[in-house]
Amino acid sequence: MTERTTRRPGAEADVIDALVGIAPGSPLDAIRARRPEARAQAQASYRALFAPDAPGDVTAAERFAVGAFVAGLHDDAAIAAFYVALLGDSGASTELRDAVDAAAAEATGRGPYGSYPAGPLSRENTAGPAYRVSAATRRKLGPRLAAAFEHVHLLVFHPRDAAPAALQTLLDAGWSTTTIVTLSQIVAFLSFQIRVVVGLRTLADRS
Amino acid sequence: MPETVLVPPDHTAPVAFTRAQLEWLPWLEPLAVEAMTERHMASLVDAARVKSPYFRLLARDPDALEARTRTDKDIFYNPDAGLPRAERELAAAATSRFNGCVYCASVHSRHAATYSKREADVQRLLDDGVGADLGERWNAIVAASVALTATPMAFGPEHVERLRRAGLDDLAISDVIHAAAFFNWANRLMLSLGEPAVAG
Repeated sequence: MTERTTRRPGAEADVIDALVGIAPGSPLDAIRARRPEARAQAQASYRALFAPDAPGDVTAAERFAVGAFVAGLHDDAAIAAFYVALLGDSGASTELRDAVDAAAAEATGRGPYGSYPAGPLSRENTAGPAYRVSAATRRKLGPRLAAAFEHVHLLVFHPRDAAPAALQTLLDAGWSTTTIVTLSQIVAFLSFQIRVVVGLRTLADRS
Repeated sequence: MPETVLVPPDHTAPVAFTRAQLEWLPWLEPLAVEAMTERHMASLVDAARVKSPYFRLLARDPDALEARTRTDKDIFYNPDAGLPRAERELAAAATSRFNGCVYCASVHSRHAATYSKREADVQRLLDDGVGADLGERWNAIVAASVALTATPMAFGPEHVERLRRAGLDDLAISDVIHAAAFFNWANRLMLSLGEPAVAG
């Protein structure tokens, strides 16, 4: 599936370094060392969202199911494989792992698209689909994660279409205000982490 | 009591990208100031942010907020070489323009204009979008930010080479990557948890 073999880091290994393949003493290692807080706090963000001290009401399997789905939508084999492996380690059932694979295959797209409030920007409105989880995948995900995945697709591909109704759907599916913040942070953070990995990997390949 | 979304008060939504100061109205209940623990307060990093409904909403997951904010500050404020602040802000504004985050674009286009003194070019990015001609160095930064912002990502070696030809060293290119990547984080929170309003 992946041409790059990525060794899965332990809880303390830097995920971006591992996914880019940054070796100690390499040019990219020196560049990242010039922004030490960004490096450390990007990793602290990963820990806060995927290995939190206080997991609250979002389980590890839910966090990694969302993570694996987000990574799958970004269509980068190595990063997706990393999060799929962690989903397996999180205690997720085979059924859930299958459902995440199925959802990622159903929900592929190209972003960003979406609409603006009526006015001069309307000419930039770009149509695209809102994802609805298929009945078969919904049965395996359950209603709470199915609602989350539909929201994840919105955030990944067409965030400017966001509206209060999307949040109400999450509340109705059993997410609280606080767990919606965590869910949103997981998707938004991965949108960052994945792009840093892809950007730095491209830079490393041209060094 | 079951939680519900908030209905923002009557307001005027901005219908164009602008460098004007906007407000942001949450769709979910921020923490009440009097309900915030020491941990919640510390997660704001800057105490003054307690006035912001956006940060008091994100403070519901304090560890995630604090790490987010400290990542943000080093990417944009670290003065050690690399990309000048004005161009880090340009990458943030271009990313926000492309994703369609009117609020984020307003803040970071103001910063880009302030630090670069190139108000007309920044305004052209807002008015005409990410295809505006801003001169080759800025065009290269905008194009790289946009390619990295597309999902799936369209960023490739040609973007690195164009940035190098425009005079950026690898630390500066890494700064472009981080600034654009960070606004893919920020835009998604700002766009999906509330909405901008014309101040007043």
